Amino acid sequence: MASKLTFDTDWTYAPAPEGTANVKLEKRYGLFINGRFTEPKSGKYFRTISPSTEKKLADVADAGPDDVDRAVKAARRAYDTVWSKMKPSERGKYIFRIARIVQERSREFAVIESMDGGKPIRESRDVDVPLAAAHFFYYAGWADKLDYAFPGKSPRALGVAGQVIPWNFPLLMAAWKIAPALATGNTVVLKPAETTPLTALKLAEVIAEADLPPGVVNIVTGAGETGAALVNHPGINKIAFTGSTAVGKKIQSDLAGTGKKFTLELGGKAANIVFEDAPIDQAVEGIINAIFFNQGHVCCAGSRLLVQESIATSLVQKLKDRMETLIVGDPLDKNTDVGAINSRMQLKKIEYYLKLGREEGADMYQPACTLPEKGFWCRPTLFDHASQSHRIVQEEIFGPVLTIQTFRTAEEAIEKANNTPFGLSGGVWTDKGAKIFEMTSRLRAGVIWANTFNKFDPGSPFGGYKESGLGREGGMHGLLPYLSLN
Amino acid sequence: MAKSRQPRAKSSRMRTTRRRSVASPSADRGNGRRRLPVNKTYKIYIGGKFPRTESGHYYELKSSEGTTLANVCRCTKKDLRDAVQAARAAQPAWAAATAFNRGQILYRVAEMLEGRKPQFADELQWIGHTRQASINEVELAIDRCVYYAGWADKYQQVFSSVNPVASAHFNFSIYEPTGVVGIVAPEDSALLGLVSSLVPAIVGGNTALVIAAAERPLCAVTFAEVLHASDVPGGVVNVLTAPAGELLPHLAGHMDVNAVVYCGDAASDIRDLQACAAGNVKRAILRGGSDWSSETAQGPYEILETQEVKTTWHPIGT
Repeated sequence: MASKLTFDTDWTYAPAPEGTANVKLEKRYGLFINGRFTEPKSGKYFRTISPSTEKKLADVADAGPDDVDRAVKAARRAYDTVWSKMKPSERGKYIFRIARIVQERSREFAVIESMDGGKPIRESRDVDVPLAAAHFFYYAGWADKLDYAFPGKSPRALGVAGQVIPWNFPLLMAAWKIAPALATGNTVVLKPAETTPLTALKLAEVIAEADLPPGVVNIVTGAGETGAALVNHPGINKIAFTGSTAVGKKIQSDLAGTGKKFTLELGGKAANIVFEDAPIDQAVEGIINAIFFNQGHVCCAGSRLLVQESIATSLVQKLKDRMETLIVGDPLDKNTDVGAINSRMQLKKIEYYLKLGREEGADMYQPACTLPEKGFWCRPTLFDHASQSHRIVQEEIFGPVLTIQTFRTAEEAIEKANNTPFGLSGGVWTDKGAKIFEMTSRLRAGVIWANTFNKFDPGSPFGGYKESGLGREGGMHGLLPYLSLN
Repeated sequence: MAKSRQPRAKSSRMRTTRRRSVASPSADRGNGRRRLPVNKTYKIYIGGKFPRTESGHYYELKSSEGTTLANVCRCTKKDLRDAVQAARAAQPAWAAATAFNRGQILYRVAEMLEGRKPQFADELQWIGHTRQASINEVELAIDRCVYYAGWADKYQQVFSSVNPVASAHFNFSIYEPTGVVGIVAPEDSALLGLVSSLVPAIVGGNTALVIAAAERPLCAVTFAEVLHASDVPGGVVNVLTAPAGELLPHLAGHMDVNAVVYCGDAASDIRDLQACAAGNVKRAILRGGSDWSSETAQGPYEILETQEVKTTWHPIGT
């Protein structure tokens, strides 16, 4: 048994809240169509609340089929009359502009992201927003260099891209989707998630400020029905979806026979494999980051820990010790490690799995942290002694819940790691280089982190094997879904 | 789609017609004595073996002149299941073979095909091709194998990348096979279309099950014999025969098939395939309408269609 990690218990953290004074939010947001905000024809609005306070932040338009139709037509018109005719280098310069303005307004974006989505300001400030700007920078430069990406081919834009994004990285996902679409010469209709529409709407302001031709980017807010209207609109040439595997399958099925091109970034259940020869303290930090980053609302989260039997007891103890130190609470506090669960619905889903895990016989552990009274909260959780057939091991929970299994041989680790329908990501911890390459090449997943986890970059292709999705986003490979090659 | 256990109506015709009147080797040979030809039984190919269909049913294949060419196995979903299992079992070792080795084996396929040219030319003539067109098709198919054999150890080099990330990590993306690929071979090109749709999948380390052209399956079965004699490990390619459309729904809905390459052009089949494919997020690749004899029907992008991009992050420094 490892000695308990010692932390100086005499110290407590004083509150360090990020200010909200400079954040400008409208009381009510319309739909961003053809370069300006307009009232929805549906006449309907819905509330977006802060999941940490349950207070309303703004009313947001609920786009109906007519509104989606308007947006698609605006995008088509912009494609036909302006965007497809523009010199690619000029197109690129518009995208560079967007990148710059996002950087300039980064703190405002970070604060709103944490207010609307519940994620710690440390993450929205240091990860989400800088990466979103970096995506625009990266793809801006591709606009006039596409011929170099596909030797022997003449890539051409597809037309209008319909994009549906999730609530876990609202601004970053918008950037992932919009930047490559614009760089490749397509126009866009984007639908943000209904619980986190605000940063996408702020991005619409940026797009207007960058003076993009009207209709090149349109943003329509709403829930699943709005997304379905977009996916099934006949004027769309390509669908890009990030979200759950269940909805992804529905979209793939709906698109059958339509000839629309599509990419799907779906769920995951990543194995994080720790060998006895790993740098253990580093691995502990990596495991914590892998599962508790963004409250575990991460499709590529390292939600299944596979630890070599010989070090299991001490590693699990270290993990528990480390979990005791995690600060759960106000997303706007700069000391916060784990913020609010994104919505009541998601919290209920997580709590269902917590109950299920105990019923299935795994040993649940949660630190003794106090939780705020208002808002949606879940303590960081691990389930020790989980087994491969448990549903908490097989199904994506999308919350701060880690399952722990042991293995004896590399063979067994691979067998367990690959034995789910998913294949998005994976992690390997060992100090032996040869073992890293053996493991990373045998894991059936699209992104593998060796001795690290949850790293992202616009130049790094991202996407899943098997039921984790289809196609890649990011990097040179992320251009292909938005092009036809002749 | 109907899954009748009964053979189709047309096969209920009398089966007394002479086989293979075109280029049949059975013509009179002096002395007025006819030699009775020994006709080949066209079986299927699963896991490196040539079994008969588990169904016990057959369908009759006619020549362009209406004579019976063969009784062809009428495979059902059980044969398909067996083929998927064989393909899955063979996949890791085939993917782990070196690219050089896969290239060598595919070149060996071309060599074997060259030696069997007359046999394929005969089979193509039986279904109505001219002698010259038949020879052309076989030669193009041989050259296509050589073309892809040459790509085996190059596509990775051309299309992989080292990605300049803004942190202290070595980050690279490589291609890996999608896994088990179903090939619905084109009806319009018995050999060349088959080779053009199959070989790009297996050169990249996938294993495959082929649903041969329903009306032109003979070359597919004979091609399986070529593969069998060419060091292609058993299970890497599996060949099934069945009347058009009967196996497609089972293939499209199979949860352990990762991708389907569909070379037909029936809109309803495409829609059904794409809808069923959603069950396990299968990659549905459409190659209908290809001009198989054109050089545009070959290329490294055809290999990439059944590949996955894997990106690996490795810290630098600590």
